[in-house]
Amino acid sequence: MALELKYLKSKKQMDFKKKFIEIRDIYKSYRRGNLIIPVLENISFDIVEGEFLALMGPSGSGKSTLLNLIAGIDKPDSGVISIQGVDITTLSETELAHWRASNVGFIFQFYNLIPVLTAFENIELPLLLTGLSKQERHEHVILALKIVNLEDRMHHFPGQLSGGQQQRVAIARAFVTDPTILVADEPTGDLDRVSAEDVLELMTRLNFELGKTIIMVTHDPKAAKKARQIQYLEKGIMHAHPQIDV
Amino acid sequence: MLILKLMFKNAFRSKLRSTLTILGLTLAIIAFGFLRTVVEAWYAGVEASSASRLVTRNAISLIFPLPIAYKEKIRQIEGVEMVSYGQWFGGIYIDQKNFFANFAIEPESYLKLYPEYIIQDEHKKAFMKDRKGAVVGQKLVERFGWKIGDNITLKGTIYPGNWEFILLGIYKGKDKTTDESQFFFHWDYLNENLKKTAPSRADHAGFYLVGVKDPRFAVPVSEKIDKQFKNSLAETLTETERAFQLSFIYMTEAILVVIQIVSLIVILIILAVVANTMAMSVRERLPEFAVLKSLGVGGWRISLLIFGESLVITSIGCILGILLTFPAAKAFAAEMSNYFPVFIITQETIYLDIAISFLIGIIAAIFPTIRAIRVQIAESLMRVR
Amino acid sequence: MRIFFLYSLRNLLSRRLTTILTGIGMCLVVFVFASILMLSEGLRKTLVDTGSYDNVIIVRKGATSEVQSAVERHQAAILETQQEIALGADGKPLFAKELVVLINLPKRDSDKPSNVVIRGIEENSLILRQQQIRIVEGRMPKPGSSEILAGINIAQRFKGAGIDESLTFALRNWNVVGIFDAGKTGFSSEVWADADQLMSAFRRQAYSSVVFKLKDTSEFDELKSRIETDPRLTIEAKREVRYYADQSEAMSSFLRILGMSLTIIFSLGAIIGAMITMYAAVANRIGEIGTLRSLGFQRSSILLAFLMESLLISLIGGVAGLILSSFLQFFTVSTMNFQTFSELAFSFSLTLEIALMSIFFSIIMGFLGGVLPAIRASRMKIVDLLR
Repeated sequence: MALELKYLKSKKQMDFKKKFIEIRDIYKSYRRGNLIIPVLENISFDIVEGEFLALMGPSGSGKSTLLNLIAGIDKPDSGVISIQGVDITTLSETELAHWRASNVGFIFQFYNLIPVLTAFENIELPLLLTGLSKQERHEHVILALKIVNLEDRMHHFPGQLSGGQQQRVAIARAFVTDPTILVADEPTGDLDRVSAEDVLELMTRLNFELGKTIIMVTHDPKAAKKARQIQYLEKGIMHAHPQIDV
Repeated sequence: MLILKLMFKNAFRSKLRSTLTILGLTLAIIAFGFLRTVVEAWYAGVEASSASRLVTRNAISLIFPLPIAYKEKIRQIEGVEMVSYGQWFGGIYIDQKNFFANFAIEPESYLKLYPEYIIQDEHKKAFMKDRKGAVVGQKLVERFGWKIGDNITLKGTIYPGNWEFILLGIYKGKDKTTDESQFFFHWDYLNENLKKTAPSRADHAGFYLVGVKDPRFAVPVSEKIDKQFKNSLAETLTETERAFQLSFIYMTEAILVVIQIVSLIVILIILAVVANTMAMSVRERLPEFAVLKSLGVGGWRISLLIFGESLVITSIGCILGILLTFPAAKAFAAEMSNYFPVFIITQETIYLDIAISFLIGIIAAIFPTIRAIRVQIAESLMRVR
Repeated sequence: MRIFFLYSLRNLLSRRLTTILTGIGMCLVVFVFASILMLSEGLRKTLVDTGSYDNVIIVRKGATSEVQSAVERHQAAILETQQEIALGADGKPLFAKELVVLINLPKRDSDKPSNVVIRGIEENSLILRQQQIRIVEGRMPKPGSSEILAGINIAQRFKGAGIDESLTFALRNWNVVGIFDAGKTGFSSEVWADADQLMSAFRRQAYSSVVFKLKDTSEFDELKSRIETDPRLTIEAKREVRYYADQSEAMSSFLRILGMSLTIIFSLGAIIGAMITMYAAVANRIGEIGTLRSLGFQRSSILLAFLMESLLISLIGGVAGLILSSFLQFFTVSTMNFQTFSELAFSFSLTLEIALMSIFFSIIMGFLGGVLPAIRASRMKIVDLLR
């Protein structure tokens, strides 16, 4: 498989010690009416290239908010998020969209496939934002479908696929553009045990064999166990040492 | 009571959508009311006509006049009470766009035959005395800002030249349907002028107006009149005033048909809009209906809920539409008074508005209701996440 | 681009009932819009085609139609000697004195009477209108007889006006010996008889109008000013095309005002319908919008996608409305022209311009209906969309 993915980054280029993502002094709060609710307070940490990080914590701990900030779909009140040397908090809306298109792949709890597009078309969607030709796009999509082992389902609509299959399509959509980081928000939250295993297996392979940097928010200790590292968030504060044993 | 509350609550669940739907319905009701009123305005002349008045004209067509000598002959016919006559003058005031009806009439008998034209006594006297005098309807006077004593010049189209008149009287209608936008002057004034300039055209009347003693004998009297002039150079055609007015409407029937078709289309358009709203509203709430069903709420209660919601929306739109029709019609009537001298919203129009809104409310709810009743509880609950 | 188009189209198909209902609204509005334009175009064509640019028509000063007009014999004689008039094959001026009156005839279907134009003609009348007129049935009337020709619209619609039938007026029987087709022109709604016969039957002393052809069409202005100021003549000269266009002014402005106000009101209804649909579409697809945005699609792409969806509905509705209205071309409207008081038949006429205008109009409606919902869709924050 690795051979087939020659257009993706090869493993040997990775440098585990290099600071890949730097997060410094992040504050984030939400306004509800007159009330200001702090969500994240003074968060700072680094993520190295090729990391597979699981973010854990109870509901409302701010782990999804942190993920959104790293993925560039939300902005902190203050602080710096530097990814490959680019401080994404300073980017404009349009620049941020461009940045996401080439640097981030998303995996959602409810897959978020476009119901009126086929599996093939869903995977092709992010490639539309690249400069690839139609022929190149086709090749990429087919390759991604092979990796998630769903070539035979490429003309199916999401409604015709099982939950696990849908999530695999969603994962294919996430890595087809060869993004810098993959972010996953409860990727197994809506799946049965067997499908969840499949999905986690796939993510591990993406990390291990292709060197994708993955940040995953999860409730599920089993899922977190697959990660190389686990961080805990509670009441908006990062805990360096795990409080719960996995 | 709870179900009524639920209907209102549901109708405004999506405020934006309900507001837009109501707005659409309001517009449609106004448009429909308008079109109906336009059609009714067309018939205004018929409404205003009297059963005891007959119109005698040349059988060939209106453009051929009748000799003035016919007046005495008609008067002698049994059942005839009074005879007047007149001539369509076809004058233009400054520009063709300022169109209004103007007639040369024999004043004394004409005003007697038309008691619905109310003129102040001193104005009437002054008008009778002065051959160049004119009597004009209230609306026409307002339209051109004329006042008593003004000199008015009409350019003749049938009778060449510039004709000068003095405004001596203003008439008001007794009923709302009376046309207050006509211009009358002395037939004698026209005739004397013709004797000098075009003697062959003098001593003719365009039409005779015949008052009958008893409206029940209108038909036999008109037959007698026509028989009297059968096989003469100028055969006559006598009809009740109503039939005479109707004959004009029949000539423009095609336009009326077009307007009526179009007013049907506006109903269809709004039906589509309301049906769409109901379809969406029900589709979004299918799981809720499934919950209601699982609680044991019966099909007819669910139907009641959906029909009720649809009717709440259409009723509000209908009421707003009716309320707004009146000021809108007023503005329109002022603007288009030369096309439609009489432009009044009738009670029937209001009733029709209500009936149509009701019908739209019902039809729009049919398909969504069927869908809601048929919903499979299990399948639709699955959609709730 | 193709995926985006498919995305819009498939979304429309996935909520079929709503799409159809919205499309029906658009379709009906475009139908009304197109059919009213077609009607005015039909009317315009009829009256413009009726005249020829080289022909001049003379009526009495102040008269707005031939029926009101009178041209005395001695005036006609003066006019006939004008040098600018073209000569026919026989060397005589192409000049016709005509009588035009209205008669009341009952219609075949309803028995209700309507005013029909009877035109008293001379031999030259046919030569002057040879481009428009063609005998389709029967033969020419013998000169100086009570034989008449009926225009095709009259023959079909009025009692006694068909071939070998007869009309009775002015104490005489008039036999219809021929039917003529003058295409879409107003002549198709006339009955033609011998001018002298008509004048004696109606005891008329004067003609209604005089028509002649110019030798050189550029001499019209000079001729007009000379004869209109001639103290022996009280007449007005107009080019035939201009004269017939003037005849329809009131009618076409009535159609225009009625048509435009109706279309505006109706289109508001359809735009509201589209807005309702599109707002619901946005509300139902919040998550999808969030996904697309997080994949890196710009706000403008989202705006475009929803706008395209609305434009697609309106375009489909508009095309359907246009197709529906194109069938109206088979119908002929027959009504009284307020200005001449006479029967006039004209048909709906679809031109490329009207078709383009209708489609453009439907696109405008789709745009207006879709733009606010599309803006709303593109304005929302991604985190709110994904919640």
